[in-house]
Amino acid sequence: MKKLNRRSFIKGGLATTAAVTVLKEKKSAASGDFDNYPEGMGVIVDLTRCVGCRSCEAACNKEQNLPEPEVPFDDFSVFDYMHHGEKRRTDETAYTIVNRYNPPEIDHPLFRKVQCNHCNEPACLTSCFVNAYTKTPEGAVIYNAKVCVGCRTCMVACPFYIPAFKYSSAFKPQIMKCIFCYDTRLKNGEPPACVEACPQEALTFGRRKDVLKIGKQRIRETPGKYVDHIYGEHEVGGTAWMYLSSVPFDKVGFDTHVPKEPIINSVKEFLAMVPMVLTIWPGLFVGFHLLATRKDKVREMEKEAELKKTKENDEKEEQA
Amino acid sequence: MQTRKKIMRTALALTTGAILFAPGHLFAMDASDAPETVTIDSLAKYYTPVEFDHLMHVGYASCEECHHHTTGVQVADPNCLRCHANTPEADEVSCVGCHAADRFNDTYLSTLDDPRIYHIDKPGLKGAYHLNCIGCHVIIEGPTGCQDCHAMTEAGEKLFNTGKHAPAGGTSSGAKH
Repeated sequence: MKKLNRRSFIKGGLATTAAVTVLKEKKSAASGDFDNYPEGMGVIVDLTRCVGCRSCEAACNKEQNLPEPEVPFDDFSVFDYMHHGEKRRTDETAYTIVNRYNPPEIDHPLFRKVQCNHCNEPACLTSCFVNAYTKTPEGAVIYNAKVCVGCRTCMVACPFYIPAFKYSSAFKPQIMKCIFCYDTRLKNGEPPACVEACPQEALTFGRRKDVLKIGKQRIRETPGKYVDHIYGEHEVGGTAWMYLSSVPFDKVGFDTHVPKEPIINSVKEFLAMVPMVLTIWPGLFVGFHLLATRKDKVREMEKEAELKKTKENDEKEEQA
Repeated sequence: MQTRKKIMRTALALTTGAILFAPGHLFAMDASDAPETVTIDSLAKYYTPVEFDHLMHVGYASCEECHHHTTGVQVADPNCLRCHANTPEADEVSCVGCHAADRFNDTYLSTLDDPRIYHIDKPGLKGAYHLNCIGCHVIIEGPTGCQDCHAMTEAGEKLFNTGKHAPAGGTSSGAKH
């Protein structure tokens, strides 16, 4: 038999640790690999085409029966609107909005449409403990108000700050967000209202894999027109709505620091630990506690028995 | 005598050949083939039809800038030239001949499965009009506002909450929009 010396012991230990790490990593990557629905639909938004006409906002407002706007949809003063140093964002009265940017690289403004990006692996869905969210095979992330308890965890979880809460009806909780016109259009194979309204075809609708191909073709065949990146191809594990831009994405309000993998991957290990902590730990530690305190108890019982004995002896002696 | 006959025969053959195998652009369309005005009304719903002054626009752009390879004039875009360097005049030169009014319909989207299709990104009719018109108007500083080309209809005013349908203001919950 080979003698186990210090060197071979360390070697073996290192090899085992490495193997365990590799196997573990492989396993966690595999469990996070959701291939999306291959026939799911998507939209590619081409910032170089958008002229800021706000037709998409108007169409969305009517399609989703949202409240009347404060100013008409052909009023372009909203592009100058700032709230706490931030441009307009989607809320319970508007599922989509267009913002104007003036990147110093180019001599004309760029417009960026904001709406739910319909993630392949949505963080809102992951975070919801009553399963109010569903990712449909058509690609939409939809929401069911009937089961929502109004905890608003989805609003915190969303990397794009999309879900909004209808504060006006706090006792009947309702999250308001773009649903890809799922009920009225998408499930019948029709494009959402905003896509249909866009005069410039800045929004191109199709299966996600096809619009991704279209985006790549545009980048390839018009060199110099676009930055070589499609926002949403890999961001947070991929989104159904993706963007093309002629300037770096951080210059037109995009968060370029979002992870390249689904948000759930960052919390998966923790989430796996929760049932263990809640179910195994109590029994385990109660067991440890009982085991650890058993000796003391035994000793106490022995002491008591001894005391009793001495007492009895004393009594006997007294009687005698 | 013999030589003269030979020359004549060769010349005749060359002329016939030239006529038979002439490149398309010898017979290409030009501005005189075009209508003076085109009424663009197939999509009119929120905006009134556009009376497009074709004759006037001929002075601003050559045929191939708007009609690509369909008029038989050699196309300018190097991407198109890869296949359409010698494409003759097409049967249909109007926008609607190639650009579908409902680009995103199911049938069209399923044709994209065919890996041989190059034109996977052909704009729909509305996209084709606006990309072509506004693209050029921005460069030569032509009109670019929506109502510079077509007035809004009643249905349009309703959609955009403007004109007769403008919000009363102040009471709406959509304060920022």
